[in-house]
Amino acid sequence: MWFSKPENTKPLGLVIFFVTFIGIVIYVYGSKKRSDQLESYRNIPFIDDEEDTKDKQ
Amino acid sequence: MAVTTYSGAEQYNFEVVKKFGVMSIVWAMVGMFVGVYIASELAWPFLNFDSPYISFGRFRPVHTTTVIFGFGGSALFATSYYVVQRTCQTRLISDGMASFTFWGWMAVIALADVSYMLGYTQSREYAEMEWPIDILIEIVWVTYLILFVGTIMRRKQPHIYVANWFYVSFILATALLHTFNNLAVPINLFSMKSYSLFSGVQDAMTQWWYGHNAVGFFLTAAFLGMMYYFVPKQAGRPIYSYRLSIVHFWALSFMYMWVGAHHLHWTALPDWTSSLAAAFSILLLMPSWGGMINGIMTLSGAWDKLRTDPIMRFMIVALSFYGMSTFEGPMMSLKEVNALSHYTDWTVGHVHSGALGWVAMISFGSLYHMMPKLWDTKMYSRKLIEWHFWLATIGIVLYIVAMWISGITQGLMWRAFDQFGNLQYSFVESVAAMHPFYAMRAIGGMFFLTGMLTMAFNMFMTIRQGKRESAALEAKLASKLAHA
Repeated sequence: MWFSKPENTKPLGLVIFFVTFIGIVIYVYGSKKRSDQLESYRNIPFIDDEEDTKDKQ
Repeated sequence: MAVTTYSGAEQYNFEVVKKFGVMSIVWAMVGMFVGVYIASELAWPFLNFDSPYISFGRFRPVHTTTVIFGFGGSALFATSYYVVQRTCQTRLISDGMASFTFWGWMAVIALADVSYMLGYTQSREYAEMEWPIDILIEIVWVTYLILFVGTIMRRKQPHIYVANWFYVSFILATALLHTFNNLAVPINLFSMKSYSLFSGVQDAMTQWWYGHNAVGFFLTAAFLGMMYYFVPKQAGRPIYSYRLSIVHFWALSFMYMWVGAHHLHWTALPDWTSSLAAAFSILLLMPSWGGMINGIMTLSGAWDKLRTDPIMRFMIVALSFYGMSTFEGPMMSLKEVNALSHYTDWTVGHVHSGALGWVAMISFGSLYHMMPKLWDTKMYSRKLIEWHFWLATIGIVLYIVAMWISGITQGLMWRAFDQFGNLQYSFVESVAAMHPFYAMRAIGGMFFLTGMLTMAFNMFMTIRQGKRESAALEAKLASKLAHA
């Protein structure tokens, strides 16, 4: 079987991983709108601060 | 990003976070004390006292297990439970499972330490536990995975914050590594001994696939999860680039699994395997430094915090050591450099610049941030945090400088030939040359341990203060209610 030979599957694996990674980089940096959306998630750790303050008040 | 409301801190399970947080400090004191003791045994061998129970060979895994899995592991359990609840705005899915992971993990560390001192080891580095303890680890770890993933699935926040990605990758990878590295057949049901499923060079390969990925996922990815939550929180500003954190995560995840074989250069392992591992080790420099820059640049525009906030200083120094050791590691993975550094104290110094400089310092910073919040108070003494920082920093510098000099000296002495082609030095001459540096290393460790004791005292007083404040508040409320 073609895929049972490591000399075939190793380069195939490399191509799959490399293409996937490049896909992720394009997804992350490829669109201005998506970039803004992703960067908005930076504030997640601070949501509970507002709530803490409300609780104390 | 959605902003959802919740009914306050009591919504979360912080009991398990508190328990793990306290035990991480307890195990740190035990593990670091044993570390200083074994360092002293190497400098002053009479400290073995001819007792097998505390001899270097048995005490060394007690040190590594207690600091990595006892201190580091407990700090990770504590912070991961804290971070996942706060960033997903939901409670852990099961208090019973959370409690089980706590008692199970404590039993693992205690049983492992006692069994090493009694002479039981399966001789796999950082996985010395015999098979019954391995099974207990497996059960605890799968429970941890279900609990963590289940909590994420129940989240009220639609997006999964990046710190949780790092934590999940750590939990998943550790489960995988632990399972395959410990495949073995027990001699019989009532014996602690077992036969590994692998043999020869495959056995070594499996061991270092485990060993380096334990560094990659337990000691790096997991603590990066800690970094991505606690650095922004302490700095009071969001992470420098969220997109960079995503690329950092995937690049680390794709590359780390390949590099273990760089521990086996110049051995019976096929040459191409260790060359491939070296190539991936060099590539790893990029995501590692990307993450370091992302963490440090979070402070951009607020650099004054480095002067004014000792907790921030712990975190930024930790990131600096992360950058330094992730540069040193790829360099040591080059075959020519490895020919000099391997089997010497340079490796020990490298490990400790990562373990003390990165892992311990980021944990200290995170615990100083988190623990007072859990008891709804402030740290008892800021001055003692400053003291801890300097004691720890001086200790690390003494340690790694001693090991650099000692390691390179060893490497050069072992490969030196005289004019007739004979070895120039006997092995014992190289041992004698190490002595001053072994003493210097032990003193560095004493500094670090003293800093740790300072932290323990400060935390004890903080918790006591928190309990008193809360009791006073309750009494005040009760009296108000009585007079209403």
